[in-house]
Amino acid sequence: MSHPPHTPDGAAPDPAESHRANLPLPPPEPVDPDLGPELAPSERPESQAPVLLAIALGGGLGAVIRYGATVLWPTPAGSFPWTVLVVNVVGCAAMGVLMALLTEVWPDAPRLTRPFLGTGVLGGFTTFSTYAVDVQTLFDGGSPGRALGTLVLTVAAALAAVAGASWLTRSAVRLGRAEGSLA
Amino acid sequence: MTWLLVVVGGMIGAPCRYLMDRAVQRRHSSGFPWGTLAVNMSGSLVLGVLVGARLTGAAPENLMVFAATGFCGAYTTYSTFSYETLRLAETGARGAAFANVALSVSAALGAAVMGLGVAKAVWGG
Repeated sequence: MSHPPHTPDGAAPDPAESHRANLPLPPPEPVDPDLGPELAPSERPESQAPVLLAIALGGGLGAVIRYGATVLWPTPAGSFPWTVLVVNVVGCAAMGVLMALLTEVWPDAPRLTRPFLGTGVLGGFTTFSTYAVDVQTLFDGGSPGRALGTLVLTVAAALAAVAGASWLTRSAVRLGRAEGSLA
Repeated sequence: MTWLLVVVGGMIGAPCRYLMDRAVQRRHSSGFPWGTLAVNMSGSLVLGVLVGARLTGAAPENLMVFAATGFCGAYTTYSTFSYETLRLAETGARGAAFANVALSVSAALGAAVMGLGVAKAVWGG
């Protein structure tokens, strides 16, 4: 995917942060977090093996952590699926932190960082299918209120988590930089 | 043993998501996260079939752990979905962000309904 028209080239300069003027602009950040600037779709297939392995290992790890959570905090049939909701919200918050750090602080992090942690661990940890099937089985089981609650609350909390965590991380980074430049 | 089934399922699911996402995204240039939508929709279809089969007693526990918890759980993603929605909103494409939420949720739900229905038709009592 070439850089889509609505994705800006680098962060828009903030007049309040003129101390960043001398820093190089970050590389354009695609909408898809699986694609860092180093993982363009045109990348040669033979260099994909380490990436796929990193994703696989991360995915296995994320999945087993999610499974562990459902073992620790099982959801009886028909009750509100709190465990999966918390898993998804925590995973989205972590994604917000990770992507903010990778774009603002460590754009030159090892190239397998994003595939392993983002695509792998967090992608494996969070789940959309369980969410969708849970909503439907709650509805089928005669709990339309819980079904709708699961539906809406998960989306709202997940989006708030990724947005809030991203914003907090960026704010902390900029605060740290401001204090550093005053030294 | 159960944990191992989850790990293996996850190790297959996550790369499949990545490859499917890339395959879909390569075929258009709009920037809209159709890839993740396709992944979440297809994964929800598969999980619907599995859970439907489980409800009729047709699916053994080990298969559920491997295919449902392991594969489908790792194959589908909420973190990529929510991050892509955020990115769309941040880059000024708020309509697309809203559409991503609406389409992703309805497509996955529709697929889950279909999957559950298929399982009931095939294995239902």
